[in-house]
Amino acid sequence: MDIKEFIENFAGEFDETPMDSFTPDTDYKQLDEWNSLTALSIVAMVDEVYNKTITGADLRNHTTIQELADFIETK
Amino acid sequence: MNPFSLEGKTILVTGASSGIGRGIAIACAKMGGTVILNGRNEERLQETLSVLEGKNHQILVGDLSKQEDLQRMADTLPELQGWVNSAGIPKVCPIKHFDRKDVEEIFNVNITSTMLLLSMLVKKKKLKRGASVVLISAVTGAFVGSKGDTSYCATKGAVNGFMKGAALELAPQGIRINSINPGLVPTSILNLANDIAGEEHHTEIMLERYPMKRLGTPEDIGNGAVYLLSDASSWVTGTNLVIDGGYLLN
Repeated sequence: MDIKEFIENFAGEFDETPMDSFTPDTDYKQLDEWNSLTALSIVAMVDEVYNKTITGADLRNHTTIQELADFIETK
Repeated sequence: MNPFSLEGKTILVTGASSGIGRGIAIACAKMGGTVILNGRNEERLQETLSVLEGKNHQILVGDLSKQEDLQRMADTLPELQGWVNSAGIPKVCPIKHFDRKDVEEIFNVNITSTMLLLSMLVKKKKLKRGASVVLISAVTGAFVGSKGDTSYCATKGAVNGFMKGAALELAPQGIRINSINPGLVPTSILNLANDIAGEEHHTEIMLERYPMKRLGTPEDIGNGAVYLLSDASSWVTGTNLVIDGGYLLN
């Protein structure tokens, strides 16, 4: 998985957070805009773009965007 | 005679294999009704059938989203004194991720099939004077909004609108139609929302938003359905019975 592209897709689900807040090391649950709806949007995006199903627990169990990307790749 | 008795009434429960529909079937049987259980999965319907009090209940397997199944059901069903529709699917999806197929699917299951089955049952005179129809709606979509599942909200609003129109149109024929609008009842539908928000979601919602400090149970909804199906409610049509532990009071 291209991490740059994943970060772009990930960031695309946020409306207020500036693009430079998203790096492979970003602890996404600490972002001000992180809430149940953005979490839901990430689940939907992963399904649409990567054709993989992830759960709310998967999002809670990972910390950085890189970790999440690695996890999705193994699915 | 207990005015809440369902003795002598044959009641179709669509979506009877789990959750609220299962609770409704159990409550109807307890009050003496003869219940016809419908759902897609025979095994799960058998499981519900096995816990019903009384005799002569039966199952009728069928997928309400398929026209041929609806037709077959309408053809084979006996005359009904009551029908409760509890078949419904959730769709958790933010607005910007909508696609036509998903939107059509949830409308098909949650409202279109209800409209078509009611049409067939009335046309074939399976529902006649004295019959009562109960549509399970929700507080979300009908009275309040809910983010993340707006297509579900849209279908529940549609259930409400359809119920009102149908109640008016069918009243001269003596057919009553009402809705039950439940607050949160922990079922598999709810587990989906819980998955996103985390395990503590239930407790948090219960304590903050439900004045009665608990969530609903299928029995709570089943007992409401018994009232609307029974002769106790014979002058009640076109109404929303909200069963929500006081949720809407806030």
